[in-house]
Formats: sequence, structure tokens, C-alpha cells
Amino acid sequence: MKKLIAIFSLALLPLVGFASDAVHLESANIDLTDHAAMQRGAKYFVNYCQGCHSLKYFRYENMQKFGLTKDQIRNNLMFSGGKVGDLMTTAMPAAASAEWFGTTPPDLTLTARLKHGGADWIYTYLKSFYVDESRPFGVNNVVFPNVGMPHVLMELQGVQEAVKEKDEHGNMHVKELKLVKPGRLSAEEYDEMARDLATFLTHVAEPVKLERQHLGIWVMLFLLVFFVISVMLKKEYWKDVH
Amino acid sequence: MSLMTWIDERFPATKVWNEHLAQYYAPKNFNFWYFFGSLAMLVLVNQIVTGIWLAMAYKPDATLAFASVEYIMRDVNWGWLIRYLHSTGASAFFIVIYLHMFRGLMYGSYRKPRELLWIIGMIIYVAMMATAFFGYLLPWGQMSYWGAQVIVNLFSAIPVIGDDLSIWIRGDYVISDATLNRFFAFHFLLPFILAALVFIHIVALHKVGSNNPDGIEIKKGPKGNRWSDTAPADGIPFHPYYSVKDIAGVVGFLIIFLGIVFFLPDMGGYFLEAPNFEPANPLKTPEHIAPVWYFTPFYAMLRAVPSFAGTQVWGVIVMGAAIVVLFFLPWLDKSPVKSIRYKGPISKIMLAIFVVSFVILAYLGMKPSTPGRTLLAQICTILYFVFFLGMPIYSKIDKTKPVPERVTK
Repeated sequence: MKKLIAIFSLALLPLVGFASDAVHLESANIDLTDHAAMQRGAKYFVNYCQGCHSLKYFRYENMQKFGLTKDQIRNNLMFSGGKVGDLMTTAMPAAASAEWFGTTPPDLTLTARLKHGGADWIYTYLKSFYVDESRPFGVNNVVFPNVGMPHVLMELQGVQEAVKEKDEHGNMHVKELKLVKPGRLSAEEYDEMARDLATFLTHVAEPVKLERQHLGIWVMLFLLVFFVISVMLKKEYWKDVH
Repeated sequence: MSLMTWIDERFPATKVWNEHLAQYYAPKNFNFWYFFGSLAMLVLVNQIVTGIWLAMAYKPDATLAFASVEYIMRDVNWGWLIRYLHSTGASAFFIVIYLHMFRGLMYGSYRKPRELLWIIGMIIYVAMMATAFFGYLLPWGQMSYWGAQVIVNLFSAIPVIGDDLSIWIRGDYVISDATLNRFFAFHFLLPFILAALVFIHIVALHKVGSNNPDGIEIKKGPKGNRWSDTAPADGIPFHPYYSVKDIAGVVGFLIIFLGIVFFLPDMGGYFLEAPNFEPANPLKTPEHIAPVWYFTPFYAMLRAVPSFAGTQVWGVIVMGAAIVVLFFLPWLDKSPVKSIRYKGPISKIMLAIFVVSFVILAYLGMKPSTPGRTLLAQICTILYFVFFLGMPIYSKIDKTKPVPERVTK
């Protein structure tokens, strides 16, 4: 019997190692309790992203969860009127944008759960644009090859070029990215911005996450106490059984 | 006249209570593996209750379904908890049932006189797979859509009628709003049929009595215990002894189950698959389509079988046979003993090989296929069938140990 269990658990081992993505992701090291980071992330999102991308399952008023008041939201983060309880849609018409970009810019509400790596993926993606004249917008991305969007933050980050090398199969691939023309932000400031956006989008993907984990601790504590009591109850009853 | 007497003269409440709980004598040597029957019922109730509450806010409409799930996750009070209980419950149901079936395999719980009990259980398993399959389409994510596409396309591999059959199942030429609507209808209906089947399963169990880790028929042993002179000496009343024991089992299960619900609801992409956080898009095929983990052993078998004579139906046949063969298990086992405890080394090794093959197939079914993986899947598929089809031979020639008269600790 014990042998069976041992064999069984050994066979499960391959399930433990998750498939690693081909691209190495940098750690965003986000903190979902960092309200200031999420507030900055929200500001960057409405200024730089929302022109094309919606968060159509997320309501403006939900930003109260990271410390903003309804008035702050209305006055600083909503540019086209509407109610604070509205969903964060984009003004860009979906059909027209499909024509302009070849595909409608996707909704980003769930990006942090959709992409392997979550926050790390978003963080690395925002940092991985490089000049590629063969692409319609003149840029490509290491994390998302042949991405259909321009590098919206190029003015801030600056221009990166790819240093390519041949791998053992003779295929060219990007070895590293080199900043050839600095932007308005220093490298550290841009990293901070990318991290803020990753933090905000991770919160948006599952706003209830911290609440869920917090509640979970109490549920576990209750169950552990209840488990001890239920085992004692069982032992008490089973004294009769010989 | 007491209220209970009044009721009992009109409805056999006390009689049913006694026959199925207070005076139902179960072997006293149940071990860890005997928790999973009651746990399966708990999970079924969880699925039905959370499912009904989800249905109050869910919209079975291709243009609204995905958004309605996010609405449940964000705007419905406690909707996230109800949804995670349901999505985690689906996987938990299969884990619990697989362990429950493995218990049956180990201790020969399918052997005479429990053949029908086993077959009813197998019908429950098939109904469960159907329920899970219909339910998986409902969130209308990319994996929902393409997973359903792959499974429904299996039917089109059937010669002559295949194409018409798959169109009939979908109600359309592709998975569409019509498919979503009917899948929702079936997903709502089937759990109640499952509940009825569970009732029949328990009626059958209480007719023949529970097996036990020793595979001894306690009804054939000596009579008389401290509760009754006519009851089996090795039996104890289900209530209160196993009801209190099952409470401890339930709490232990909930620690793991709710641990996943509260701390790891995606289960690293195994319970909630990442591509399903993108709405279904009929024009964009995901780079890698895999069913949810509980179907992957059979999916791996399907892919392992090469097409032959211009048709791929053989894979579908093998996959179907992998489930059908389980129905015949009671007549494949020719061993003079029931329990693995008294079976010989061949039976033990074969059971271990079976379990390992099943787990490897589950793993392979999740991964994109490579020539090496296909070969491994082919080997494991053969081993899976050798376990069953070789059983009439190896269970007969295998050495056995003497079975004691009375149950052991």
C-alpha cells in the first residue's frame, strides 16, 4: 500500500514543474498593498493606454479600493464624463481600430491572469519594445513578437535597439536590448512606471484577491480548530468499537 | 401520540432512518480510502447549490456569457466565492471520484455481489463527465470554446453519420450561441439526474452491504454485536460511528479544498486555465488546446492512436473503449480473493502500472505532442488496456494469501 502511494506521488512529479516560457521575464516585484503605486498606475493607464484599450469589466468607482475618493476619480481619471459607476471602456470604435491596427486592441482587464507570468509579463512587455523597421509601427517586442501596436511610451523610455545573435540552430534571436536614445525618464523612473502599471493591472484582473486571501486565513484557522474537535468527537464515539 | 408516531403511520421516516443509518451495519475496519464516497456527495451538493446561485446571474448568450461571469466575479456580492467554489468543486469532484474508484479497484469492491453497484457508479462517472463537459463551455473563454470544438469534432470522425451527428450536437456548423444555450440547459439538468443516480447507488450499496479493505463479507461471518444479536459481528451502525468519522473527513477535505479556493483558485492553470481569461474567438485558434486535467488521460489516448485506412475514428474508439472496459471489470477479475491485501505480486504490480500509466497519460494529455511523448502515450495506452484485458489471466494464475475469517484492524 505504502509502495503504491510512493509510486503514485512519484508519477505526479512532472505536474509540479510548470512549462517555462521561451522568453525570460523580469520580476516586477509588485506589491498589491501599495496603494500609491496603483493610483499612479491608474493615472498612466487612463493617459497612455485607455485611448485604445478598455478595462470593460472594471468600474471607475472600484478604484476606491486603493484609496481614491469618488471625486478624485471623477476629476482626475475620467475624461469623457459619464458616471463613476461606469465600466472603463475606451472611446476607440472597435471596428475602425481593427482596420487601423489589423486587430482591435484587446481589452486589458484580465491580462494579468491571461498571460503566463502575470505582472512580470506586463512589466517585461512594457520594457521590451525595440526598433524594427519591418513592422508597420517601426517597433517590435521581445515578449510579444510582431505585436500590432506602436511603442506608446517611447517618448518616455527612449529608443531601444536589439542586439541579435545566432543560436545553435542558426536562427537569429534577440540577445539584449540597448538604449540608443534616452527618453524623458531615466531607466529607473521608467522601470518604476512599468511596475506601477503592472501593479494596477494585476489589481484590476482580480480586485478581490487580497480580501480573498485575508478571509482565507480566518477560514483556515476555524477549520483547523474544528478539525481537532471533530477528531476528538470521533475518538470519543469510537471508544465503544473494539 | 407523539409526532414521530403520527408521521411513521403515514411515512416510514423512522424505518428509513434505521435501515440506512442507525441500523445499517458497516464493516468496522474502514480506512482512509472510505472517506471519498461521502466527500463525493458533499461536492455534488456544493456544485448544485453554487451552480443554482451562479445561474441567477449567468447569461447563456454568446455575446453576454463571458461578461456575465466577470460580473459575478466583481459585482455580485460574494459572487467570486460562489464561482471559485464551483470551479474548484468541478476539479475536486473528479479527484474525489478517481480516488473513490481507485479504492474500488484496490479492494475488489466491484466483485460479486456488487457488480450492479459498480455499474451504477460507472454510469454516475459518465454522467459526471458529460456534466463537466457541458459546464466547461459556459464561461465562453477561448479554452471553453476550442475545447468544446475538439470534443464535438470527435463525433464527426464516426463514419457515414459523423458530420451530421456533430452538427446535430452543436445545433450549428460551428460552436455558437445555439450550442451554448443547449449546453447550459443540459448542464443545469444533469446534476439532478446525477443526484438521482447517487440515490440509486446508495440503495444498491445498502442492499449488498459495504465491502471493506479485507474484502470479507461481514454478512457471511458470525452474528451478534453490542447493538444487535442478529447484526454481523464485524459491523457497526453507520450512525453515529461513521457519521462522526465522516465529519472529521469532511473537515480535513475542506482544509485542502478551501485552501485552494482562497489561496490558489487557478491552481497554477490546472483548475482555471489561463487562455480562458480571454473571450471565445471563433477566428483565433489558441496555439495549444488541451482539455481540463480530468479528461486528459483519455485525450492522450485519442492522440496516441494513429489514423488508419483514411480515418481517425480508431482514436475515438480506443478512447471510448477505455471507459467501456471499466463497466466489465466485475467479470474480468477472476481472483479467488477480493482485496489487494490478499492478492499476489502480479496483481499488485499490475495495479501500480495501471495507476502510473493513467497519471502519465493525464500529464501527456496536457502537453503539446512530440514524437517522444506520442510513443510514451502509446505505451501507456497499451498498459492501461493490458491491466484490464490481461486481468482474466493474471488474476487467475497469481498467488494469493489466505483471507482471515474476521476483518483485521
